[in-house]
Amino acid sequence: MLQNKIQEVFNEPGCSKNQSKSDKERKKGCTKALQPGGAAGGCAFDGAKIALQPITDVAHLVHGPIACEGNSWDNRGSKSSASQRYRTGFTTDINELDVVYGGEKHLFKSIKEVIDKYDPPAVFVYQTCVPAMIGDDIEAVCKAASQKFTKPIIPVNAPGFVGAKNLGNKLAGEALLDYVIGTEEPEYSTPYDINIIGEYNLSGELWQVKPLLDHLGIRVTCCISGDAKYHDVAQSHRARANMMVCSKSMINIARKMEERYQIPFFEGSFYGISDTTESLREITRLLIQQGAPEELRERTEALIAREEARAWQRIAEYTHRLRGKRVLLFTGGVKSWSVVSALQEGGMEVVGTSVKKSTREDKEKIKEIMGQDAHMMDDLTPREMYKMFQEARADVLLSGGRSQFAALKNKMPWVDINQERHHAYNGYEGMVNLVKQIDLALYNPMWTLLRKPAPWDMREARA
Amino acid sequence: MSTVVQSRKACTVNPLKMSQPIGGALAFMGIADCMPMLHGSQGCTAFGLVLFQRHFNEGIPMQTTAMSEVATVMGGLDNIGSAILNIQQRTKPAIIGICSTGVTETKGDDVDGYLKNFRVIHPELDQLALVYVSTPDFKDAFQDGWAKAVESMVKGLAEPTSARREGSVNFLVGCHLTAADIEELREISESFGLEATILPDISGSMDGHIPDDFTPNTLGGTPVDAIRRMGEAELTIALGEQMRPAAEALMSKTGQPYVLFDRITGIEATDQLLDCLSQLSGQPVPVKYRRQRSQLIDAMLDSHFFFGGKKIAIGAEPDLLWNIGSWFNEMGAIVTAAVTTAHSPLLEQMPCEEVLIGDLEDLETRSAGCDLLITHSHGRQAAARLDIAFLRMGLPIFDQLGAAHRLSLGYRGARDMTFEIGNLLMAQEEENRPDSWPLPMEDHDAHAPFALG
Repeated sequence: MLQNKIQEVFNEPGCSKNQSKSDKERKKGCTKALQPGGAAGGCAFDGAKIALQPITDVAHLVHGPIACEGNSWDNRGSKSSASQRYRTGFTTDINELDVVYGGEKHLFKSIKEVIDKYDPPAVFVYQTCVPAMIGDDIEAVCKAASQKFTKPIIPVNAPGFVGAKNLGNKLAGEALLDYVIGTEEPEYSTPYDINIIGEYNLSGELWQVKPLLDHLGIRVTCCISGDAKYHDVAQSHRARANMMVCSKSMINIARKMEERYQIPFFEGSFYGISDTTESLREITRLLIQQGAPEELRERTEALIAREEARAWQRIAEYTHRLRGKRVLLFTGGVKSWSVVSALQEGGMEVVGTSVKKSTREDKEKIKEIMGQDAHMMDDLTPREMYKMFQEARADVLLSGGRSQFAALKNKMPWVDINQERHHAYNGYEGMVNLVKQIDLALYNPMWTLLRKPAPWDMREARA
Repeated sequence: MSTVVQSRKACTVNPLKMSQPIGGALAFMGIADCMPMLHGSQGCTAFGLVLFQRHFNEGIPMQTTAMSEVATVMGGLDNIGSAILNIQQRTKPAIIGICSTGVTETKGDDVDGYLKNFRVIHPELDQLALVYVSTPDFKDAFQDGWAKAVESMVKGLAEPTSARREGSVNFLVGCHLTAADIEELREISESFGLEATILPDISGSMDGHIPDDFTPNTLGGTPVDAIRRMGEAELTIALGEQMRPAAEALMSKTGQPYVLFDRITGIEATDQLLDCLSQLSGQPVPVKYRRQRSQLIDAMLDSHFFFGGKKIAIGAEPDLLWNIGSWFNEMGAIVTAAVTTAHSPLLEQMPCEEVLIGDLEDLETRSAGCDLLITHSHGRQAAARLDIAFLRMGLPIFDQLGAAHRLSLGYRGARDMTFEIGNLLMAQEEENRPDSWPLPMEDHDAHAPFALG
């Protein structure tokens, strides 16, 4: 059953990367075989949790030993405008007896306790490796519990060992498609309703974009899953258009919603100025195509013109300070090129960018922007990256938390642009903020002090 | 004396507990030039990695055998072999520390047997130390994983010997000591002219220093060779009840005597430690520490006003709970809520009515009306809901800086902690107001002078 699901999500017709593969390649799936002693990524459970945890008002219950929830809960920056329930850690914390006798009853009792005490609109139950191995059937338990407690109890069947984070994202999407989306009808809908899919509202960055949409009268009926509420997800099938945020992590949701509910979707991003503009235009185009009045286009263009000009003007204020600064851009899933253009506008030179998760078109686009000799790197070992900064071949590192020490331990500045970041970088506002953060990092007076050797070392060097 | 109660809930809400394997991995991070590795799905390592990185603000050396579903069902021993070879080729550590996880324990991989065989097939790797420890996720907790890893290191590496080096002492330290505590411990023992081997020594690796060059393995810690020679010391001092099995193992292997101090914080605990070192070395307690002792006494005098009668709620692993709870008791505060993660012989001696093996939901329920809540960073939501003062202690501390440098060992550590917590409690003191002393509710009709009707 789970294996069928996995094959299904691997064979994703909506994914251009997948479609460019041969049959044999496709069967292997999106994730490279993991190398013992040489892997470092998250597991499928991690991916499923990342994708669904931002649904704010439900209880997220992890069925497994303490490691899966105890070592990781409440550690992501998804923000909520209302309920904080999603930040409560629920787990069955199974023990040796459960492993021997099975943990299904334990799980059922746990669901009951959660409902009795917290009464959430739904409970999401996450499968993990150990109960999967001993054969706990969480789908059956959830079904029985749904009937008993007349409340949606959603099984999320993505135990860690079936694959990497990316696969978990997709399996989470399948859970929403199978059990949540389309199960409730909204009170009303408007021609201006859209869903945003694959946006997790890290550091609240959805709220950098929402005012733009609000201004146009466009209603985000549901963001899957950043700052989402359960009923919004259940009713999301009545939106007129879907925007799928670029990471492709939830492409299956967008494509199947098109198939089942005839909601057209496009793949876009709010990361970077040109991307934000492009996305606003696409949203407008799709809404008009679906019956929204033509005049929306004019208003959108007016807003774009105004906000783009404002953003470029604010970025230009930094240009004289940032001109010629060399940036090493090392991102995970986000489209590098859309950031590259903003950095270039700020006068910076991108000395290298990772393309590990980029598609072929992405790479073409990077060449277009950065020139033929663009330094695209599939992967850079920590040692190589460390060396780059040791030899000062770049002035600042933009990356996720894990590689920060390559720069910092060489007394070189680093700007966090990944999951656990404290700053929001979405939309026009976000790109201005990113440039500002780079400026702050580069021009901190502390660097001069740190890089100066101790007096005795200088004396010794002279002697 | 207290009653130890196990929570009877089916669902753990807001876990206090973390799992054994990452406790074991952190112990291995206290060994020099080491690569800790979890035998499990790659996610097991990824979660630990993120957790430690956010606590220490350091790059974390930690690998995985990357068990897939198929490998898990068929048995993952080959994954251990290829992981070792791979790590050896890429990072060339002096030692690989292997912790099992829930998945591999459910299958029941015989890792010890496999490693024996591996040694025979790969004599070229004889210089590479391998230590394996069984740490299933579905049993015990973080502290136990640490303790078992240290015990395995002693059993696997320390060599039997009858030679004794004069002036040499071992410390076996529990996971309730920070990098700063270990650094202080080393400084104290050096001031007696003693040469100390501290196992594990996260002050060398996780203290946040700038290395001269890049290494994917640990940046410092106890050298493997020093562990091999631990039998030559005159005495082993174990800090924390969790270190008893490791101390016993060392004793049975090398015949070396040990003493165990179950506390590191407070005047009496420090007196005992320094007196022991003084007797061992034949040196008087240095003037510096006599002066610090006097400063600690003064700090206690200055701050005891704010501790007396205060109600304290603590959520911590057994040894940390014992250390801090006993200290509060000495200062006149009352431990009104104590929640911990697993069993320990010390729990029954805790100076409070009850110790609950439970979670942060339990602690939150029991903390209402307390003056101070103490637990790791995950207590932040509860503290905000209850609107009470909150002190982060233990691991993880991911929303404050400098967790590795918080000192509570020695006179200086106790002095600084007395002030820090005294200040927190002082800030809680309520100002008196006109309505601070209302009379008890009386029968108004009977006494009111202008009662009507």
